[in-house]
Amino acid sequence: MTVATPLFASFGGAIEFIFTPQTSNVTGGDTVGGIDQVLELALAQLEVTVLALALALLIALPAGLFFGHRGKGELVAVGLGNAGRAIPELGLIALMAAVIGVGLFNLTVALAILGIPPILVNTFVGIREVDRSTVQAARGMGMTELEIVRKVEAPMAVTSIFTGIRTATIGIVATATIAPLAGVATLGEFILGENVYGSNGVLAGAIVVAVLALVLEFSLAGLQRVLTSKGLKLKPA
Amino acid sequence: MASLALPLAAVGEVGEGFIQERTGQVCQQKPSHLFCWDWARENIDRYGTPTLQQLELVAISVVLGFIVAFGLALLAHRRRWLRPPLLAGTGVLYAIPSISFFLLLLPITGRSRETAIIALSAYTLQIIFRNVTVGLDNVPASAKDSARGMGMTERQVLWRVEIPLATPEIVGGLRIATVSTIAIATLAVFVHAGGLGTQIYGEANLHFPTSILISIVIVMVMAFFFDAILLTIQYFATPWRRARAS
Repeated sequence: MTVATPLFASFGGAIEFIFTPQTSNVTGGDTVGGIDQVLELALAQLEVTVLALALALLIALPAGLFFGHRGKGELVAVGLGNAGRAIPELGLIALMAAVIGVGLFNLTVALAILGIPPILVNTFVGIREVDRSTVQAARGMGMTELEIVRKVEAPMAVTSIFTGIRTATIGIVATATIAPLAGVATLGEFILGENVYGSNGVLAGAIVVAVLALVLEFSLAGLQRVLTSKGLKLKPA
Repeated sequence: MASLALPLAAVGEVGEGFIQERTGQVCQQKPSHLFCWDWARENIDRYGTPTLQQLELVAISVVLGFIVAFGLALLAHRRRWLRPPLLAGTGVLYAIPSISFFLLLLPITGRSRETAIIALSAYTLQIIFRNVTVGLDNVPASAKDSARGMGMTERQVLWRVEIPLATPEIVGGLRIATVSTIAIATLAVFVHAGGLGTQIYGEANLHFPTSILISIVIVMVMAFFFDAILLTIQYFATPWRRARAS
C-alpha cells in the first residue's frame, strides 16, 4: 500500500486544482486553477475542435460522397488516408506555427488537415460498399443521382461515415491539446505549463482533456444512433 | 483570463541569435526560410538516436498491444457476450487523447518510457481488437464446416482455418495501429521518453522549421516503410488470395 497514498494525493490535488482556484506553488503568488479557468479553457478547446471538424467535414464529406458515388479515385482516397494517419500531429502544429504563424485561424486549418483523411476515406469506402444492385434498383425507380446519394447510399453508409467522423474528432480534440504551441490557449495550457500550474495542473489538464474527449465520443455515438435509419437497425447484427 | 504558460512571444518572431547559434555559418539567410539544406547535411546524425528511440517505442507498444488485443479477441470469439464490453472498453482507451493518457499515468509510472509504452499500446487495442473480431467473423461457415468434417478439433479449426483466413483483416488492423503509433509516438517527448518529438518540441526546435521538417519526414518515411513491410507479410501469408487473382 505504499503506492496508494501518493497516488490518492496526486489525483486529489488535481481534482482540487480543477474546482478551487489556488496560489501557484511554482511561480508563487499567481492564482491558478479553479472551475472558471478550467471551463474557459475547455470551452476554448471545444470551440477550436468544432471549428476544425466543421471545416474538415465541409471539404471531406462532399468529396467522399462524390468520388464514392462515381467510384473513382480509390487509389488517391486510400493513399490519402494512409498518409494522413502518418502525419505526426506535433510536427504539423509546430511547423504551422513556425512557418505560417500562430493564431486561431492557422490552428483551425492545421487541425482540419488532420481531420480530412479519415472522414474522406471512410465516406468513400462506405459509399463504395453499398450493394451496386441496390443502387441500380434505386435508379430503376427513377431516382436522380443526387437522390440516390442522399436517400440510398448515404443512409446505408452511415456507420462507416461516422467511424470516419469519430476518428477525426478524436484526432482533432487530442491535437487541440497542444494548441498553446500555436498561440491558442486550450486545456493544453495546464499540460504544457508545469512551470506555472505545477504538477497538479498538469494532471488536472490531463483529466479534463480525457473527460472532454470522452464526452465528444459518446455524443457522436449517440448522434450516430439517431441518424441510423430504422430499417437498418432491424438488420441482424 | 488564462495567461499563457509558454513563451509564445518567441513563436513567430524568431530570435536572431538563436538562428545563428543553430545554423552557424551555413545558413545566414532569412531566419524564416523554410529549409536549410546545409544545416541538415551537417546535423543529420543528431536524428539517429531519436529515430531509434521512436522505433523502439513503437515496436514494443505495437507488439504488446497486439498480444493483448489478439488474446482478448480470441476470448471474445469463444464467449460472444464478452464482445460488447471489450469493444466499449478498448473504445474508451482509444478515445482518450494520448497526451492526456501519458500524463494521467504520471502519478503511477512518472515521466518514463514505461508511461509512453503503456499509453501507446492501450491506444492500439481498439484497432487490433476490432479487426481481429471482424476477420474471424468473416470466415465463411462452410470453411469451418469442412474443417470440422475433416475431423479437426475446435482448436485446430481456430488456428488452421479461421486465423489464416482472417489474416487480411488482422494485418490490416496491425498496419493501421503501427502507422498511427509511429505518428503518435512523437508525443512521447512530453513524458521524457525520447523519440523524434525531441527534435520538434525539445530545446528550441519549435522555432526552427528545418528540424521540424526533418523529423516529420523521418516519421512519415518510417510509417510508409513499416506499412510496406506488413503488406508484404500479408502477401506471403495469404497464398490462396494470389491463386484466386491469377
